[in-house]
Amino acid sequence: MTADVETTTETRSPWKLWAGAGTAMLVWLALYRLNRGFWEWLLFDTFGLDPDSHGGGAVEFFFYDTVKIALLLTGIIFAVTVLRSFMSVERTRALLGGRREGVGNVAAAGLGVATPFCSCSAVPAFIGFLAAGVPLGITMSFLIASPMVNEVAIVLLYGLFGWRVAALYVGAGLIVAIAAGWVIGRLHLESWVEPFVFETTMRGQPVDLSIHLSWSDRFTIGREEVASIIKKIWPYLLVGIGVGALVHGWVPEDFFVRYAGPENPVAVPVAVGLGVPLYSNAAGVLPLVEALHAKGLAMGTVLAFMMSVVALSLPEMILLRRVLKPRLLAVFVGVVATGIVVVGFVFNLVL
Amino acid sequence: MNIKVLGSGCTNCHTLEQRAVAAADLLGLDVVVEKVTDYGEIASYGVMSTPALVVDDQVVLAGRVPTVAELQKMLA
Repeated sequence: MTADVETTTETRSPWKLWAGAGTAMLVWLALYRLNRGFWEWLLFDTFGLDPDSHGGGAVEFFFYDTVKIALLLTGIIFAVTVLRSFMSVERTRALLGGRREGVGNVAAAGLGVATPFCSCSAVPAFIGFLAAGVPLGITMSFLIASPMVNEVAIVLLYGLFGWRVAALYVGAGLIVAIAAGWVIGRLHLESWVEPFVFETTMRGQPVDLSIHLSWSDRFTIGREEVASIIKKIWPYLLVGIGVGALVHGWVPEDFFVRYAGPENPVAVPVAVGLGVPLYSNAAGVLPLVEALHAKGLAMGTVLAFMMSVVALSLPEMILLRRVLKPRLLAVFVGVVATGIVVVGFVFNLVL
Repeated sequence: MNIKVLGSGCTNCHTLEQRAVAAADLLGLDVVVEKVTDYGEIASYGVMSTPALVVDDQVVLAGRVPTVAELQKMLA
């Protein structure tokens, strides 16, 4: 894949570029359609595994799911990255400057989803927003929505649970980001931000490098993003799917209904409590979570767990500690975690 | 020529630094590569996504790691 990226810097004719994109899309669709049939043919018809046995089911689940998720990730990360290349953190900041709270929180959460953003840049973005006069609460809405409603999570939820659950997750994620940012804004905690943030002065113009990109550049960025995400998450993904396959094969059908069904009030807070310190990504947790849900773990509990894993992580806390005093960091974690618990309960009630 | 790599020491920043040095070497340029890891200073360049590349106090790139070939074009 690296070699592929290296060669794309030479300028290609637009015709070739779009023909290449079209071919890639057809190959992708064909692979996606053939996936299930291929593994059934290979494992059951050719190798003679029994589809109804524990082992046979687990092996088929592992191969079929791995290929399906890899295909979904590749296709959708590419598309999302190309679309997002029209946005930038700089443009988002300009759009948020001077917004009132409320409307501003909604805009910030929405832009958090649309803007290309890596949580490794959370600190410079935080400083950049505040120094440019974007209110603290609105900045927080952006910083919460961005990792929570991320494309990997949405892809996996769609692939494993269908579009309804994926849409619910996006809606709930936005609501948590809007509400938590709004609450933090209302608390007026600016004095709990490290003082150097407000003392930062900008020299020169803010840079927005997204405007000069050609389609070829955008496709290259898309390919690079796919390669870097897959490279980063594939071990988690394989372990997650592997454990998920074991659960599928061997854990009894209604195991979690007994211990963590929708009626159990402790299940959601426990799931969130487990999720917050857990350092993983959506890719590692979701295949496992899907298997747990198949064995009776309630959907609200599943989604709350997922949100707490991706929205609140220890490495991000350590980064944010550079700009937030411990008290504000604690408020941040508390408010977001509370929001997620509420969402979990509501889903368990309505689903 | 003065090149600065802005970033807080993540893997990407390290890769960018290596590639920038490689690109400058290929071009036979006499450069000083400096690493800027202080968040306040990074933000003062107007940069909000790391890693970023600053050539002679001009931000030329932010938020991604380009190939050595791309960097050669930027430095040339």
